[in-house]
Amino acid sequence: MLRYLARRVALMVPTLFGVALLTFIMLRVVPGDVVEVKLRADGGYVTTEILERERARLGLDKPLPVQFVDWMTGLVTLDLGNSMWTGRPVAEEIGVRIGLTFQVALMAAFISVLIAIPLGTISALYRDTWVDYVVRIFTIAGLAVPSFWLGMLLLLLLLTVFHWSPPVTYTPFYENPLQNMAQLIWPALAVGYRYAAVVARMVRSSIIEVMREDYIRTARAKGVFERLVVARHAMRNALLPAVTVIGLEFAFLLGGLVVTEQVFNLNGIGRLFVEAVSRNDFVLIQALVMLLAAVFVTMNLIVDVLYGVLDPRVRNA
Amino acid sequence: MSATALPAFRAPNPILAFIRAQPLGAAGLVVILVMGTAAVFAEVIAPFNPEAIDFMSMLAAPSADHFFGTDAFGRDILTRIIYGARTALTIGFLSSFIGCTAGGLLGVASAYFGGRADLLIMRLVDIVLSFPIIVLALVVVAVLGKTAVLGIDLNLVFAIAIPIIPRACRVVRSAALSVRQMPYIDAARAGGYSSTHIILRHMAPNVLAPYLILLTAYVAQAILLEASLSFLGLGVQEPKPAWGLMLAGDSANFYQEAPWMILFPGLAISLAVFAFNLFGDSLRDWLDPKFRT
Repeated sequence: MLRYLARRVALMVPTLFGVALLTFIMLRVVPGDVVEVKLRADGGYVTTEILERERARLGLDKPLPVQFVDWMTGLVTLDLGNSMWTGRPVAEEIGVRIGLTFQVALMAAFISVLIAIPLGTISALYRDTWVDYVVRIFTIAGLAVPSFWLGMLLLLLLLTVFHWSPPVTYTPFYENPLQNMAQLIWPALAVGYRYAAVVARMVRSSIIEVMREDYIRTARAKGVFERLVVARHAMRNALLPAVTVIGLEFAFLLGGLVVTEQVFNLNGIGRLFVEAVSRNDFVLIQALVMLLAAVFVTMNLIVDVLYGVLDPRVRNA
Repeated sequence: MSATALPAFRAPNPILAFIRAQPLGAAGLVVILVMGTAAVFAEVIAPFNPEAIDFMSMLAAPSADHFFGTDAFGRDILTRIIYGARTALTIGFLSSFIGCTAGGLLGVASAYFGGRADLLIMRLVDIVLSFPIIVLALVVVAVLGKTAVLGIDLNLVFAIAIPIIPRACRVVRSAALSVRQMPYIDAARAGGYSSTHIILRHMAPNVLAPYLILLTAYVAQAILLEASLSFLGLGVQEPKPAWGLMLAGDSANFYQEAPWMILFPGLAISLAVFAFNLFGDSLRDWLDPKFRT
């Protein structure tokens, strides 16, 4: 198991390196850099000399391979460079925002999984009854409703029905958990809906599949209570594919937050990313892309390891 | 020996067969067709000019004049939704088509050549897959800036198409791998056809089913993505009508007084995505029950 883990971790390195190289190349192939956006923003005339000086200050005049190596060495030593726009260290910009985004993402994931597994199971066990239809409509709608719109509807609902709107300033959880939750539960629900829908659909189809297996018939034949058949025999096997979806969709949850944070006026990673893109702040974009890719690759790893824990066949393969 | 003695052979109508087998998918198709018609004939159907500003009726509630009300500039929301359908469907179809075609061809080629080329392509696909869709789209937007050709935001189309490529590539490749094993591919190789010919004429037609399924499924994704990007201000730009854009900017400030400003565009997005998902799912079940994405 330990060797397997070590090999998997080692395999992450080339993927992340590929992501880094690809991002770097993509961001450099096209002219129009942060310097021009920044200095020509007000439409005034700026001499090429000033542009050049600013480029030199940001290290944009160096040959591309040198820039790449600089960035890579920085990454390895966890020095992410300075934002091209604000001039503050990228690590700091990310650091102050990451807590919020991860809290919302984790809350959304937690709530969704808690809802999705029973929902998917009920839907599968009462297949083709009205319960199943209600759940299926609920989940198909979950794939169609944009999370940012759902967020707006939530805010509108709170405002018109309860004449209340969530606090606008962020309070860390450890300072005032209630205040913190009052602000962050809504975006978590908005992005969590899609996540819950995806997971519930997966759980439903994998339980339907598992219930057809021979060992379920065997368990029933030897007189195991139906509840135990489902809980012990079916669930364990059915949850494997669900675990994959839960893990892989987590990265997409972060993607959904990129948009939803705007609705709730949350100053998180998503907001930072959108700002970085609209300002062509390459250093910041690179760092954020690496962060999100690292989350994705790590989730993949966790899924694989969980597979090993849940399924002895994988563990011993 | 007369022809009349034989009952006339009638080929089963594929459309009727589809409706009978997949009523939900047919319902989705109807919604898609209605939206498509609205998009094509927007000039005829829409009651107003989508960009006409009318300060006399700003933020008007839904009424007989303006079925869905008006926005902060007095523009008719129903009109903008009808024209928005044109934007959403054009960008949705184009980007799904480009993404699935490029990805599909890459997948078929990867399966055909196998070996090192296949390994290299799949590694690349894995790398691109570690970007969440919207993140990759945003990076592409950052790179391409804003280019519009013939009124279509090409940068936006590519931003949405590029994340689709690796996903389509993967699915089509796995379907193409079994096609690769078919004797007729060996026959074509023995016949001395070029690789390009075999890939395009012998392999590609045989992965048409997964390709079509992906195409419809990704139209839904593309519409959602276009709406998200436009909402963020990085997609379709004002004053062009687009559903995501209608939810941005002023709507955020006024939606307490004018909830119709956010209600209808959001419903339009959801309905479109819902319809394409429904149709795509049914198409999948209908074309190939074994095929699951």
